[in-house]
Amino acid sequence: MKKIFLFFILWLACLPFAAFGLEVPKLEGYVNDYAGMISPSVRSKIEKDLRAFEESDSTQIVILTVPSLEGENIEEFGIKVAEAWKVGHQGKDNGVLFIVSKQERKVRIEVGRGLEGKLTDLMAGRIIDQAIKPRFKQGDFDGGFITGVSALIAGARGEFKAEKSPIQRKQKGFPPILTLLIFLGVFTLILGSISRILGGITAAIGLPAFVYLAILPVGILAIFLLALVGLGAGLFLPSLFLSGVSQRGGHRDRGSGFFFGPGTGSSIGGGGFNGGFSGGGGSFGGGGASGDW
Amino acid sequence: MRRGSFFVKLVLSAFVLAALSGCGYNTMQKNEEAVKAAWGDVEASYQRRNDLIPNLVEVVKTYAKHERETLTAVTEARAKVGAMQVPKNIIDDPKAFSQFQEAQAGMSSALSRLMVVVERYPDLKANQNFQDLQHQLEGTENRINVARTRYNKAVEVFNTSIRVFPNNLTNKFLLHLTLKEPFKAEAGAAKAPQVKF
Repeated sequence: MKKIFLFFILWLACLPFAAFGLEVPKLEGYVNDYAGMISPSVRSKIEKDLRAFEESDSTQIVILTVPSLEGENIEEFGIKVAEAWKVGHQGKDNGVLFIVSKQERKVRIEVGRGLEGKLTDLMAGRIIDQAIKPRFKQGDFDGGFITGVSALIAGARGEFKAEKSPIQRKQKGFPPILTLLIFLGVFTLILGSISRILGGITAAIGLPAFVYLAILPVGILAIFLLALVGLGAGLFLPSLFLSGVSQRGGHRDRGSGFFFGPGTGSSIGGGGFNGGFSGGGGSFGGGGASGDW
Repeated sequence: MRRGSFFVKLVLSAFVLAALSGCGYNTMQKNEEAVKAAWGDVEASYQRRNDLIPNLVEVVKTYAKHERETLTAVTEARAKVGAMQVPKNIIDDPKAFSQFQEAQAGMSSALSRLMVVVERYPDLKANQNFQDLQHQLEGTENRINVARTRYNKAVEVFNTSIRVFPNNLTNKFLLHLTLKEPFKAEAGAAKAPQVKF
């Protein structure tokens, strides 16, 4: 009891810490102008350029402006956004984030791992110093974003080529091992309801085969043991789950049985993004540069 | 009836076996690999910083000849880091790990002192070479931070995974993995050197 209480106190103590810091805003497109720094015409021009660049080179450059960092430093905020948005494509890691905080007058260019070779910290730093800073200093945000973006495009060009077909996003579904196990169980049950021996044999072969292939290669002895276990399970499982059908005079029908219930086969969700803009799973390692104006 | 309870036991042991081999074993192996990978990043980013130092010292030297002491401190710290033999199993070895952390912390504090000194030399600060190096150093410090944070997260996941049930049993009888060392906040110099201007 005392332990639980202590734990609760600890949890309370940690709570404000977890809630601290600026939340990562939503990724809405190439230009996420939460601080309202970019005029509409420039915004559509930049969006057009960035879309064309992604179509030709597959590299994703995304702009984020925030009104204030609320006490966080821009490097930490930058990597947080990078980890949340996953700009760039999986495997290529070719994303770039161009982050501006209006109140603190800070700029950061966060470079994905795949682009670190071309868009080095040095390059990113020079882009900030030479293309962005001078214009921002004069209050010419539109000009700064335009030259900054074109410098980033020029810097990253040629590192990657777009593939012919649009990049396939990974479908999020059932873990394959679980699917296999459920399949094995259902298969055993069906066969077992026809003939117990058939079910037993299926499980006796299926369980060791499943463990060997899907989990880890085990030794002969373990296979033998698993086969025994499988045999037992195959013989016994059907009578456990189908006992209502065969012994209690149809108290339960098969449709409502444990394994035949809804939901086992239909829970594979689609990984669609409803046509919205999204990052493609690029990863970041803290490369890039920061500056202020 | 006896037959039934025997089968129940068999089924139960099958589930236990699946749980042990399926959940625990593979998860722990995977987590250990993740820790090793994260450690690789940590080492690489520290190495990157070490590689930058000679250039930095060279540039600063031409403008700030009188800061011999600070420059020597940086060079010495670098030599100390360079001379250190990093054992392969450093992440399992608390002593070697704390030595590594100490040497790198010495490097960090020597560097931050140098950066304070540099403030007094406007010519140096305006030098293109120096500005470039400064960007690289900033970038590297940031990489080190990111790599350390990620390493600590990986260690946390791993350490938890070898301590929870039933993984602790699998580990005790099969894997014999030990807890990995996380980075601790540095005493005194609690922060990475501020290389801001």
